[in-house]
Amino acid sequence: MLLYSARRIGLALVIILCAVALLFGMIYLVPGDPASVALGPLATPEIKAAFRARMGLDKPIAIQFVTFLSIVFSGDLGIDVFSNRKVSEIVLEALPYTIVLTASGIGWAIVLGIPLGCWSALHRGTWLDRVSGIFAVAAIAVPSFVVALYALLVFAVALNWLPAIGAGEPGHLGDQLAHLVLPSFAIGLGWVGYLARLVRASMLEVLGENHIRTARAFGLSERRIVLRYALKLAVLPTVAVLGIGIGHLLSGAVFAEIVFARPGAGKLVYDAVVTRNYPVVSGTVLVTTTLFALCTLAADLIAAWLDPRVRASL
Amino acid sequence: MSAPVFDHIPIVAARGSTWRRLLADPLGRFGLALVFAIVLTAVLADWIAPYNPTRIAIPEKLSGPSLSHFFGTDQLGRDVFSRVVVGTRIALEVALVAVTLSVIIGGVLGLVAGYGPRGLDNAIVLVFDTVRSFPTIMFALALVTLIGPSLQTVIVVIVASFAPGYGRLVRTQTLSLKQAEFVFAERALGAGAARILAVHILPNVIGPLLILASMDVPVAITIEAGLSFLGFGVRPPTPSWGTVLNDGYAFIGNTPWIILAGGLPLVLSTLGFTFLGEALRDAIDPRLRKDP
Repeated sequence: MLLYSARRIGLALVIILCAVALLFGMIYLVPGDPASVALGPLATPEIKAAFRARMGLDKPIAIQFVTFLSIVFSGDLGIDVFSNRKVSEIVLEALPYTIVLTASGIGWAIVLGIPLGCWSALHRGTWLDRVSGIFAVAAIAVPSFVVALYALLVFAVALNWLPAIGAGEPGHLGDQLAHLVLPSFAIGLGWVGYLARLVRASMLEVLGENHIRTARAFGLSERRIVLRYALKLAVLPTVAVLGIGIGHLLSGAVFAEIVFARPGAGKLVYDAVVTRNYPVVSGTVLVTTTLFALCTLAADLIAAWLDPRVRASL
Repeated sequence: MSAPVFDHIPIVAARGSTWRRLLADPLGRFGLALVFAIVLTAVLADWIAPYNPTRIAIPEKLSGPSLSHFFGTDQLGRDVFSRVVVGTRIALEVALVAVTLSVIIGGVLGLVAGYGPRGLDNAIVLVFDTVRSFPTIMFALALVTLIGPSLQTVIVVIVASFAPGYGRLVRTQTLSLKQAEFVFAERALGAGAARILAVHILPNVIGPLLILASMDVPVAITIEAGLSFLGFGVRPPTPSWGTVLNDGYAFIGNTPWIILAGGLPLVLSTLGFTFLGEALRDAIDPRLRKDP
C-alpha cells in the first residue's frame, strides 16, 4: 500500500507539473500572436509591443518559462491585467462557491441515485426497474446546461418557486440554500443516473454472494440484509467513480454558474475569457485542474485501500 | 425476496445477427428512429427549413409560435424553427469530424505506444494523462482565450478530450496482442511492424474503439452546443443549437419558446445517440455491458 501510494502521488505530481508546462506551452503552440488576440485587430504595433513587454512576451522562451514557474510556485499565480490584484486572491474568493456547488451536486446524486439503484436491484426485471433504467440513461445523456436552462425556465421564471440568479444574501443560510437548489440539481442529475446504474449493478453482484445467502439462511429480514450487509459493499465502486466525476461536475458547474449568474470559479474564468484576461484564465484553470488531480488521486488511494487488487495495477 | 438474484449473468442469444439483436431492443429501435430522423433533418435541412435561417426581419421580432413560425422568432425576427433545423447540420458535422479525427489520432498514438519501445510508450501515456487531467471545459476556455472562438477551436477541444481515452484503449489492447502467438508467428515470417500493426493488430482493436467512439457522438454534440451557448463556438450568424439557446437565454423572461426550441433537438439527439449506442454495444458485444 505504501509503495502504491508513493507511486500514485508521484504520478499525480508529474501530471500536475506537465499540466503547468502545457498551459505555458499553449501560448506558443497555438498559432497566432497573443498580443493581437488580446488587443484586437485595431491595436497598433506600438501598443502590441508595449503589451508584450508588460507580459514579458518579448523575452526568450526559457526565461519566460522560469518566470512562469516562479509565479506559479510563489503562490500568487500572477497579476490580473485589469484590476492589478493577485490572481490567487481572486481565485480563492471564487473557489468556495464552486466547491459548495459541486459538493451539493454530489449530494443530489447520493441522496437520489443510491436509493434508486438499490430499489432497482431489488425489483430486478419488473417494469419499474426498466423505467428507472431508462431514466438513468436519459439523465446521463441530457446535457447539464440544458437541464440548468430548463430548470431555470420552469422553476424560477414560470413557477417562481425558487430564486433565479445569484448565490443568495451572505450570512442568510436559508436564502443561500434556496439559491443552491436549482444549479446543484442541474449538475447533479447526470450523476443521479450514473450512481443509480452503478449501485444497481454492484448491488446485484453483492446479493448473489455467499455471505448474503448465509444471512438469508439465518432468516434475517430482506431489509436488514440490504441495509446492513449488502449496501456497504455495493457502494464501494462509487467511491472510485466519484473522483473522476468531480471533473465532470466542475465542467457542469461552469455552465450552472453562468446560467444562474452565481459567483464562482466558472463565472470567473468565463468573464476572464470574454475580456481576454489570460493570467486569470490560466490561474483558474491551473487551480481547478490541480483540484481535479487531487480528487482523482484521493479516489484512487481510497479505492486501493479498499481493494488490494487495484494496487497491483500501477 | 422479490426477485431471483442468481441469474444475473447476461444470457446471450446464440443465434441472430447483430442487426436483429439491435432491433429486438425497444430502446435500440427508439434510438435508431431518432438518429435516423436527425440525420434526415440534417441532410434535407435546406428543404425542411421554411425560411433562410439568417434572414433578419426586425418587424417580426420575438413573435410567439404560430403557423408561419412554428417556434416563433428571435430578437432579430429570424425564424427559430429554421435555425434549429439548419443547426442540426452544424451539430452533426462537428461531431462527425471531431470524433473521426479523435479515432485516427488516438488510434495511431495508441498503436505506436503499445507496439513501440518502452520510452516512447511512457512519453505518449504521459501526454495522454496530462491532457486528460484538465476538466474539458477548462481546457476549452484556456484555448479559446488564446486562439479565439471558432468551429476549429471546438473541434480541437473535442479531439483533446476524446483522443487520449481512445489512445489508452488501443494501447492496452495492442500491448496484450503483441504477446499473441499469431503476432510472433507473423514476426518470425519476417513481417515488419507496419504490416503487423495494420493487418493483424488494427482489425482486433477497431471494434471496441468504434463502439466507444459511437457512444461519444452525443458528448461531442453537447460540447459544440455548450461552447456555442457560451459564445465560444460557432460564430454568428451561423445557426447552431447552442447559439439559439444563447439568444433564448437573453430573453428567458418573456419568450420561453426560444430556449425550449433550442434545447429540444439537443435533448432528442443526445437521447437518440445514447440509446442507439447502448443498444449497439449490447448487440455487438454483450460482454462490454456494464450492468447486467
